[in-house]
Amino acid sequence: MENSSHTVVHDHYDAEASKIGMWLFIFTELLLFGMLFVIYSVYRFMNPEAFHLAAEELDTFIGAVNTIILLVSSMTIAMSTTAIQKGNKRFTLLLLVITVILGIVFLVNKYFEWKVKFDHGIFPGSEMLTQTLSQGEILFFGLYFIMTGLHALHIVIGIVFIAVVMQKVAKRKIHAQRSALLDNAGLYWHLVDIIWIFLFPLFYLLT
Amino acid sequence: MQSTNVANQPNYLEYRGKYKGLLGWIFSTDHKRIGLLYLYSMLIMFSIGALLGLAMKFELLAPGKTIMDAQLYNATFTVHGVIMIFMIVIPGLPAVFGNLLLPIMIGAKDVAFPKLNLLSWWFYVAGVFLVLSALIFGQGMPDTGWTFYAPYSFKTGTNMLPAIFGAFVLGFSSILTGLNFLVTIHRLRCPGLKWTKLPLFVWTLYGTAWIQLLATPVVGITLVLVAMERMFGVGVFDPALGGDPVLYQHLFWIYSHPAVYVMILPAMGAISEIIPTFSQKHIFGYKAIIASTMAIAFVGYLVWGHHMFTAGMSGTAQYYFSLLTFIVAIPSAIKVFNWISTMYKGSINLQTPFYWAVSFIFVFMIGGLSGLVLGALATNIYVHDTAFVVAHFHYIVFGGTGFAFFAAMHYWFPKIFGRMYDTAWANTGWLVFFIGFLTLYSPMFYLGMMGMPRRYYDYLEEFHGGNILSTFGSWILATGLIIIITNLVRSARNGPKAEANPWHGKTLEWTVPSPPPLENFDEIPEIGEHDGPYNYK
Repeated sequence: MENSSHTVVHDHYDAEASKIGMWLFIFTELLLFGMLFVIYSVYRFMNPEAFHLAAEELDTFIGAVNTIILLVSSMTIAMSTTAIQKGNKRFTLLLLVITVILGIVFLVNKYFEWKVKFDHGIFPGSEMLTQTLSQGEILFFGLYFIMTGLHALHIVIGIVFIAVVMQKVAKRKIHAQRSALLDNAGLYWHLVDIIWIFLFPLFYLLT
Repeated sequence: MQSTNVANQPNYLEYRGKYKGLLGWIFSTDHKRIGLLYLYSMLIMFSIGALLGLAMKFELLAPGKTIMDAQLYNATFTVHGVIMIFMIVIPGLPAVFGNLLLPIMIGAKDVAFPKLNLLSWWFYVAGVFLVLSALIFGQGMPDTGWTFYAPYSFKTGTNMLPAIFGAFVLGFSSILTGLNFLVTIHRLRCPGLKWTKLPLFVWTLYGTAWIQLLATPVVGITLVLVAMERMFGVGVFDPALGGDPVLYQHLFWIYSHPAVYVMILPAMGAISEIIPTFSQKHIFGYKAIIASTMAIAFVGYLVWGHHMFTAGMSGTAQYYFSLLTFIVAIPSAIKVFNWISTMYKGSINLQTPFYWAVSFIFVFMIGGLSGLVLGALATNIYVHDTAFVVAHFHYIVFGGTGFAFFAAMHYWFPKIFGRMYDTAWANTGWLVFFIGFLTLYSPMFYLGMMGMPRRYYDYLEEFHGGNILSTFGSWILATGLIIIITNLVRSARNGPKAEANPWHGKTLEWTVPSPPPLENFDEIPEIGEHDGPYNYK
């Protein structure tokens, strides 16, 4: 910022460094969620019955739809990284727009899913949860809201990230020779996707 | 490689960029300015933390209430711990000396991501303000201890949330710094600087960065869970809702034990630079020190359970954690052996940094060996949660990291500020500080063995003598600190101009002028086949 007049330093572009940096960051994200998966496993082991009962409350259909949405969005962003290599700016932007829209659809689905739970009185600390359900079920729903909530937060960050990338593609600051940021947005989006790939069976399918 | 260039650029302290004055600093992406920003922020926080420590020692001057009641004492040791651990010793050497020197030591113009580097400092400041806000707003200051143990951390009525989020944000700052350093060391080494020619300080920063990267997310999510528990009652750590508070302790120490090595590894790295320079001799066992650094980083990961021997753990787990704790002591001992052997038959130059370095070895050995008393199961049960533990970790954290920090400060001071300090005052300050340190913490070993518990504002009459000695020591130590800091601050402004290489060091930072020019090097240096960081004649 300060010494932006010094072109020597700031024209320095190292795609390899950016990618190593992104992979290391992804590593930290995996550890963040990894610990939640550890906690989930511990409590599932301790309360197998309750986790089975509570999981039946979740809507597998919406979960499956959201899984497909995220998988398709991962495909579109992967295609956009190829499109930019071929110098096709319009197609790149189109694919990124589709990715963002799919991300938003995912969040809308999530909102309705959570809303149904809240309407049934199932949310952390609710009377219904603490008075009528067993401890294992309380833990299941506590973890469900934390893990899917944290994942949804990552989707929001991913959407903002892609929006920034789109702006740079439009201004030709990202192009075929200088595409590390787009590649990194793709990596991040795949990370968010793969975390969901683990969340979905753990909460919805393992009943 | 060894010739001193006369730079064609202004030095980094005088450079005028787009912004002037303070803005020219807090918006600067120059690694050296960011290093100094960290140094000044930490100096302020360290003063607050030290004053809280002095207040605690004053409270313990006599049994019963001296200046504060139990609740205020709890808040004092909590805030003292949070400030000293999360804001000083964990970021300490990497953020200050890593930022100031790492790019120069590997022959680079800056770190790999300069803007991210500035962002890390901003996160640091944000974390500091979050924690401090916990003291001012809400009902009462945090009183859980710096460990935020469940279930008390979400049951207590005091203002925990800002402190927890503050620690989280400080962790984020730490992760970003680690990430930046890793990429920098991988990508920006100058031509010819092979991994086996890296200065040892760089190697320890490398090991540290891996720990920061791999351990901090664990405490991040743990702190988020405690905050969620407090706000919504999700039940994960709440036994009333089926959760397990011991699980909290596991998750907390999975980070916080490796964090101990985040504190001590760069300290060891700084000592590994200072000892060869003042012995004018090649470091003994260069590769052994690298191997032991990486071994500490790796094994340090697997020993967290030794903080929880009395918390409820299977006998098998206890044996393994105890055994691994003993194993992690070996690489530290290797380093001590190497430092001593480096001095053997060297031409020793008795200067202030060298005094600090040898006193580091002295207190570090006492701290490390007392750590084995705690790592052994039988003795651990006996001294668990007593003043013995407090003495042990102050010997390591303050004695180890603190002494190394001052050693590094006195070693690189002429390079950083381009001025020399007053040696007589610096030596006096060191001596007073050293005596104060021993007087302050040594009695606590004895008090702990006699059974005085930690974290109480009161004690039995029979512990009075030891506590008086300890409090007296805290005043000597504070006097030493005042002498050291006053001397350094005055010298940074008015000291005589320093040469480029006052100590005849061989690492790259001594080849550039003092203070270094804006972009460190006019031309990126090249390391020849026979050059090396410790090749003394």
